[in-house]
Amino acid sequence: MFKRSYLLFMIICTIFLAFETTYSTNQASAFSSQVIQQGATGDDVIELQARLQYLGFYNGKIDGVFGWGTYWALRNFQYEFGMKVDGLAGQKTKDKLAKASKYDKAFVKEQISKGNKFTHYGGVDQEKQSAPNPQKKQEENKNQKQQKSQDQKESQPQETQEQKSEPSENKQESEPAKESEATKDKDDGPSATAVNVPQGFSQNDIQLMANAVYGEARGEPYEGQVAVAAVILNRVDSPSFPNTVSGVIFEPRAFTAVADGQIWLTPNERAKEAVLDAINGWDPTGHAIYYFNPDTATSSWIWSRPQIKRIGKHIFCK
Amino acid sequence: MLRWILIAVLSLGIAGTAFWGYQEHQEKNSILVQAENTYQRAFHELAYHMDLLHDEIGTALAMNSDQRLSPQMVEIWRLTSEASTNVGQLPLGLLPFNKTEEFLSDIGDFTYRTAVRNLDDEPLSEEETETLESLYEQSAEIENELRKVQHLVLEDNLRWMDVQLTLANEDQQVDNTIIDGLKTVEKTVEGFSETNVDSPIIGTSSKQHQYQYLKGKQEITEKQALTLSKDLFEVNDASKIRITETGDGADVPLYSATYTDDNRHAYMDITKQGGQPVSLLVERPMKEKQISLNEGMEKAKAYIEELGYKDMVMFHSSEYDNTGAYSFLYSENGVRVYSDALEVKVALDNGDIMGITAQNYLMNHKERNIPEPEISVDEAKEMVNSNVDIQEEFLAVIDNDIGEEVLAHEFLGTYGDDTYRIFINAKTGMEEKVDKLGGSEINYAIN
Repeated sequence: MFKRSYLLFMIICTIFLAFETTYSTNQASAFSSQVIQQGATGDDVIELQARLQYLGFYNGKIDGVFGWGTYWALRNFQYEFGMKVDGLAGQKTKDKLAKASKYDKAFVKEQISKGNKFTHYGGVDQEKQSAPNPQKKQEENKNQKQQKSQDQKESQPQETQEQKSEPSENKQESEPAKESEATKDKDDGPSATAVNVPQGFSQNDIQLMANAVYGEARGEPYEGQVAVAAVILNRVDSPSFPNTVSGVIFEPRAFTAVADGQIWLTPNERAKEAVLDAINGWDPTGHAIYYFNPDTATSSWIWSRPQIKRIGKHIFCK
Repeated sequence: MLRWILIAVLSLGIAGTAFWGYQEHQEKNSILVQAENTYQRAFHELAYHMDLLHDEIGTALAMNSDQRLSPQMVEIWRLTSEASTNVGQLPLGLLPFNKTEEFLSDIGDFTYRTAVRNLDDEPLSEEETETLESLYEQSAEIENELRKVQHLVLEDNLRWMDVQLTLANEDQQVDNTIIDGLKTVEKTVEGFSETNVDSPIIGTSSKQHQYQYLKGKQEITEKQALTLSKDLFEVNDASKIRITETGDGADVPLYSATYTDDNRHAYMDITKQGGQPVSLLVERPMKEKQISLNEGMEKAKAYIEELGYKDMVMFHSSEYDNTGAYSFLYSENGVRVYSDALEVKVALDNGDIMGITAQNYLMNHKERNIPEPEISVDEAKEMVNSNVDIQEEFLAVIDNDIGEEVLAHEFLGTYGDDTYRIFINAKTGMEEKVDKLGGSEINYAIN
């Protein structure tokens, strides 16, 4: 008898414990301890975006990059909830956010990983009623293409969606029709991850420059590579050279690596990092727009330029 | 005997032919490379111009004053012409350029019509704004498509020459109307000078106050430079540091120091006058990310304070792989001075400082007499396009189009999904600058 009730007690305990765990994962899968600020990337940002979207503050893509859209969403959240509006997700903000919203990590992650498999585009794209979204049409096109691959996995996320689309307290007025349309969108669009790029440059611009830097200066010290990238940028700024990165790089007779095809070697990460540094403002050359290798230079004209300094094998000049 | 002579002559002939053939081959190759480069250039420029076009149209949407709108329209018109030229230089048939062509002519027509009209008497109608909005959307699509192709081209090392050869061999019907259609627009508007829209707003410098900050400071010796660099590189052994000097062409005389050991390489420039570090770059393998962008910012802040830079405010932060990049602006009584900028790079694996560049700060910083704004914030807000939802406001000193420093009200606002930075001159109320802010992009490499 005693043994039996003991068993019963154990079972009840286990059930409670199980309940407790599921409950707590739902609640406390919240954020790491870091303060999240604009420009950050990663899982915390994904969670932040997902939670802000859940509450209707964020209507961009859940892409894991803390950009301007996320920044305004966070500030609006802080404003509405009567907190200090600073656009920083500190402990207090995160607690409040975790309390007010739910985050279905498994679903979001699944979408992201699926996105990687199937497409370039798509994204968890929920539309706020007032904001026009220029991406949407494209999204739909893409989604149609993905439909086939999505179909088989349709049922499970659908369920999650229903739960997600429940209007939250402060966004009661959202039209149900629109909301469900938006969630449908969310359903078959796997989310894409994004990267930070410096203002005014695309990843392709950076790649192209990395190609040029690698072709021209792969044997040089790191600052020598930054220097070559800086010269390219200085030329873009200079009135006597083309005004685009590609224009400068492919200008006839400008770079030997372009003329002999070495530009098409695959650049390493180091070259890319050097390009990023140069774009972000490092210029070891001190505003040089020419450089040459004194051992191989054939033109005597280049020797007449005022020299700034020598880095590795190259002399940089004005 | 005769036979031997014959053999000699023949072999000489063969050798000669071989040599000639080889030379021809070399020449052909170099011509191929040149032609290829022309194609590549045209293509990448096209992609760039489309990027720019998209941003410029977006900017036009957020603009208010007609004073600026007319030049903006001209700028867009010019960009369409440049992009058309780029299209005209490509061996077509592979890419969906029909759409591009249509779009370019649409936008060209539209901007031309609005640019030549007096926008003061006849501002943009609602319909026209809508047209502009739809063109903005279209440009986003084309931009995206082009970027995708561009990514493929770069990743797979695609050669336009190969494309052309396959097209020629298969004798396919190629849509040549595009080239013909676009050639007519060509050349007509080349005369306009390019306003360098994408030059970053921070660190722009007016020439007359270069390196005033360093004035009156004592010159340091090479030995002092060595000690300084030893501290900044955080090494004990000065024998591994090499110091060189700049030549005649330098704006400001510098010592450059380099240091290499097994796991890192460091480089630094120090001004001779005053021994001020201009830039520092450290290269080493990066480990797993351990600290957040925010913690990195605290490290960066502490570091620039240690170097003696006061009153700096964080302006922008970004995470690239496992490094954090931060820009700081000098702030004088709450007025942000855009030209006095510092950039710091922090490793997010252990918080090491990976670099700093103070070139802009050193070049531009000086004593300023910042006047009180004559136009109030509210008055300035009136000058901003009413569609823009203003979120944040600052006072700032920026360089205007002719390179003069002006005091301006800075507004950060949203229009649709985009964020804009708008400057209104605090004295004249003129719209000095409107910038569309980007900063992130879909990662094509992992998708």
